[in-house]
Amino acid sequence: MNSLSGEGYVVELDADRDTVRMAGALRLGGLSEYGPISQMLESALDGRSHLTIDLTGLEFLNSSGIATLSKFVISARNRNECALLIRGSNDIAWQGKSLNNLKRLMPALELQFD
Amino acid sequence: MSEAHGEIRTIQRDRNTESLDLSFWPGSVPLRQRWRNNGLSADFLGDYVTTFFPLDENDPATRQRQSEIRGAVSFIANELLENAMKFHDDSLPEPITMRLFLHQEEIIFQQINSAGQEAADRFRAFVDRLRNSDPGELYIQQLEEGAASEGSAGLGYLTMINDYGADLAWRFEPLDNNGYRVTTQVVVRI
Repeated sequence: MNSLSGEGYVVELDADRDTVRMAGALRLGGLSEYGPISQMLESALDGRSHLTIDLTGLEFLNSSGIATLSKFVISARNRNECALLIRGSNDIAWQGKSLNNLKRLMPALELQFD
Repeated sequence: MSEAHGEIRTIQRDRNTESLDLSFWPGSVPLRQRWRNNGLSADFLGDYVTTFFPLDENDPATRQRQSEIRGAVSFIANELLENAMKFHDDSLPEPITMRLFLHQEEIIFQQINSAGQEAADRFRAFVDRLRNSDPGELYIQQLEEGAASEGSAGLGYLTMINDYGADLAWRFEPLDNNGYRVTTQVVVRI
């Protein structure tokens, strides 16, 4: 399993399940520090017809992280090859506030709250 | 002369106002190490305010309210501290401060840092743009145009406005030795 981790967070690609799971608290300092995560998300689209981004364990994401996720969604929309499902949690306050914006960027995106 | 964009409140410290003040001198440890403290401080503020929104076992809505308030305080405080770290000018004799005031119906954050002339000019231009745009449109536009560049504080503020219904205001006060003391105020209704 391909994974990136640091203090308090993990991001991993589960290729068998076509899922990228992001968990913990992500507050990296700016878009360049999110570069490796961006690359993992971007390459997860390669050769797939559907991909799930599982955020049900992501307790905190700063605005640079929200921007990273948003840019990825724009890229998936523009590539137009891969259906995207984003799974969030009703128990995590920021997700209820901010994840809906992603649908504005990519109306075909499926957003599911567990 | 001091210059305001929006109304910066003068807070009365009385029995009806809970408040917390944090202040620090970022130059004392490297930014990378200091960054970690943004999260710790923000989570602390988020947890602190939950005391004033106790859980009632018989009312599930209280759990949701507590979680929303904790999340909002933690997100906003973290963004303000991150921005302060990015724009603060260590050469000026000013600390970074973060003040949180808890009123009956609103939470007020006032974050102060110093900024050099150039950084203050760039920031002021952004504040002007933000105050004269539709924040929902500006958010999408920043992302679509790839304008959300390194060092841009924009998306954090726009997220506070769009997703948390926050009111933002700024004040720029010239310092004696060049540069500015910049106050950013965020008000959220609870």
